[in-house]
Amino acid sequence: MASKSERKVILETRGVYKQFPKVLANQDVNIKLHEGEILCLLGENGAGKSTLMNILYGLYKPTAGEMYLNGRSVVFSSPKDAIRLGLGMVHQHFMLVETLTVTENIILGSEPGRGVQIDYREARKRVKELSETYGLKIDPDAMIENLSVGLQQRVEILKALYRDARILILDEPTAVLTPQEVEELFGVIKELRASGVSIIIITHKLEEVLDISDRVYILRRGKIEGERATADVNKEELANLMVGRSVVLTVHREPHEPHPEPVFEIENLHVLDDRAYPAVNGLTLSVRPGEVVGIAGVDGNGQSELADAIMGLRPVQSGRLLHLGSDIARMSTKERIGRSISYVPADRQRYGLVLSMTIAENIAMGYHDRSPNARGINLDYPAMARRAEELIGQFDIRAPGPLTPAGQLSGGNQQKVILAREFTRKPTFLLVSQPTRGLDVGAIEYIHSEVLAMRSQDVGVLMISLELEEIFALADRILVLYEGAIVKELDPDRTDEREVGFFMTGGKEKAS
Amino acid sequence: MNVLSIFNTDLLVAMVRLSTPITLAAIGATICERSGVVNIAMEGIMIVGAFFAAVVAYFTGSPWLGLVAGVFAGGVYSMIHAAATVSLHLDHTVSGAVLNILAFGLTRYLMVLVFGHPGTSEPIARTLGNFQVAIPLLSRIPVIGPIFFNQTPIVYLSFVMVIFFTWFLKKTKTGLHVRASGEHPLALETIGVSVYRMRYLGVIVSGLMGGLAGAYLSIENSASFTEGMTNGKGFIAMAAMISGGWRPVGAFLASLFFGFADALQIRFQVFKVLQVPEEIFIIFPYIATLLAVAGLVRRSRPPKADGVDFMIERPEE
Ligand SMILES: Nc1ncnc2c1ncn2[C@@H]1O[C@H](COP(=O)(O)OP(=O)(O)OP(=O)(O)O)[C@@H](O)[C@H]1O
Ligand SMILES: [Mg+2]
Repeated sequence: MASKSERKVILETRGVYKQFPKVLANQDVNIKLHEGEILCLLGENGAGKSTLMNILYGLYKPTAGEMYLNGRSVVFSSPKDAIRLGLGMVHQHFMLVETLTVTENIILGSEPGRGVQIDYREARKRVKELSETYGLKIDPDAMIENLSVGLQQRVEILKALYRDARILILDEPTAVLTPQEVEELFGVIKELRASGVSIIIITHKLEEVLDISDRVYILRRGKIEGERATADVNKEELANLMVGRSVVLTVHREPHEPHPEPVFEIENLHVLDDRAYPAVNGLTLSVRPGEVVGIAGVDGNGQSELADAIMGLRPVQSGRLLHLGSDIARMSTKERIGRSISYVPADRQRYGLVLSMTIAENIAMGYHDRSPNARGINLDYPAMARRAEELIGQFDIRAPGPLTPAGQLSGGNQQKVILAREFTRKPTFLLVSQPTRGLDVGAIEYIHSEVLAMRSQDVGVLMISLELEEIFALADRILVLYEGAIVKELDPDRTDEREVGFFMTGGKEKAS
Repeated sequence: MNVLSIFNTDLLVAMVRLSTPITLAAIGATICERSGVVNIAMEGIMIVGAFFAAVVAYFTGSPWLGLVAGVFAGGVYSMIHAAATVSLHLDHTVSGAVLNILAFGLTRYLMVLVFGHPGTSEPIARTLGNFQVAIPLLSRIPVIGPIFFNQTPIVYLSFVMVIFFTWFLKKTKTGLHVRASGEHPLALETIGVSVYRMRYLGVIVSGLMGGLAGAYLSIENSASFTEGMTNGKGFIAMAAMISGGWRPVGAFLASLFFGFADALQIRFQVFKVLQVPEEIFIIFPYIATLLAVAGLVRRSRPPKADGVDFMIERPEE
């Protein structure tokens, strides 16, 4: 392979600044992308990665600075210009129209067909060919809203491939993928590199950085902190560069004896999914105060329906949910919250936050009718703001202040707002679903230590996670969820990821 | 007189005639809302269209020029809504409400200015109503023939519009863009299509269609302009759009239903077949609207970003 410095620079930024109202998101950013390389952009939540990518893609206009494509200065007034010059981007949050089909989403904006009419036959054919070429299987006629997030991500990638981009930007494409899907995606990316496509990828997972990239830039608080050839770095160094201090990648778990009397029990629970098929099938488990129970499973085995049922967001068909001995299965969500049950939902934008409301309001939400958030029937805004201010400091939420709308925060910081709200409510039982999705290593370290702190305060924690690493880092007991039921309980100290993975995919114990 | 004698072909012919302005406005509003702009200004757009169609038809003596003028005026008037909601990011409902109020004030003022008095304009000598065309063969099919194939120009045009806009939304590139613009505008913008442009397009279609509906009222179905002659049809069109599930064919069927209720109401009043005060029948179309919206609305879903302002440098996350 030719040495990197000899390769042609295809895209370059010089002195890019981006000032949002109140936030300087990028400062003097100079990066170079070589032809046919995989460049990784690493940085904390809110470091300005997505902002920089949106500038490259023409969606945001830089406050100052220049961009060069193949050595020529370019100014994009909209993504249209960027697309025309061969850029493609997969955004951090899905840019898919849910009521349209896979084919319609993929061809949108560059539809085949002469004149004004779309040639749907040609379109389907091309989508099929594309999905076969890259081994990304998809039903071209499926409606987006009926697809799992993993499949939606696949559509996003096909959408970028369809446009034949020479420069492909991928903003956290792996955050919602299973390990197998990540492998598949990386296969595609390497194939693209071989055909001369240049790729910028953002991910928070350090193994992925090491696995896929040729070179990595570290972005901290809007500035480039360093640049490394991937071959020359290890995980620790990357983590330290990113956060600016040394980071513990796996938190230390002190032994802690749980109380014998369970705080939360589920008995023979049955729940239906949106299409009225059984999603949770006779699930039974119990959580004791002072332990973390981890539910491992492949996405789509009833995780979200289970969480919904526990919180009263979905009716229970049969079975009991016992909190401190009383059945809460028929109680409203409000009553459940009032009983000191806390919940960190997997879909932060849908259930966790009201994006147009401020951080202070989001933190008060659910508890807005009582002290300190309310006095009588009035909301006490100054008190809410003070409390938010405190938690912003405590949870290191990167935001200009408590009155910033949640929608203006970076994805990871949105997650921290939810955690701040739920963890500080003195719960007796804490349900967390995917608590660290999209978070940087520093934040993960912090969240993990907070979960363990909850445990040492004798809170019962039920954690649903798709990341086995997270389960192994935190759980005292691992329950494997398969097709809506617990098929196996494992002791994290006496098992490994392979064994858990075996049961997760429906493996049966050999009769011994 | 027997109650059942009301139910004849004439009733259905009247149904089509009464539903035509509703159909046109409902389809216009449908395209507008599919692009993501809520448009409650159809009533106002229609009255403006009706006025200008009447004025031009009256002074030039050509109802065809009147038709063009009505459509054009509706389109121009709707551009205020587009500028307010898309470019200036004002609330869609507020802008629509203002346009409705403004339209009534404006037409009254212009009435006095042009004709020297408020109320009803001077009668127009030649209207589009004089151009009733029976389509050979088809018009001779029993029942269907007189209802659909022996009509006046704008009625035929409304059938064409149902087919045209169904095709437009389903089969054309621009139609796909309009749909995306109303569901997930940022997704559209990020693949290089301007959301602003699609939304302007949606609004102007509603303007042109509203103008056409207005022209129908003043120069086809009658021969003069009367203040307030839209009489709530613009709002019934919104109900038709909703009951029709934001689809042109659905809007057409719902409009026919409302037209039917209206036709029935008129007949009950005129023929006095039931021994009750005739005013009671006037509420028929409105009750029909209520029932249709209450009954069907739960099954139809508005475009997700309908009425949601679009600004690019708003956080995407
Ligand atoms: N549209 C906007 N308006 C105002 N501030 C914004 C906007 N978009 C982003 N920001 C702010 O700019 C900073 C950088 O955000 P950005 O989304 O680029 O972070 P990121 O590095 O992608 O983080 P994450 O890993 O969490 O996705 C954050 O402080 C964020 O709050
Ligand atoms: Mg980001």
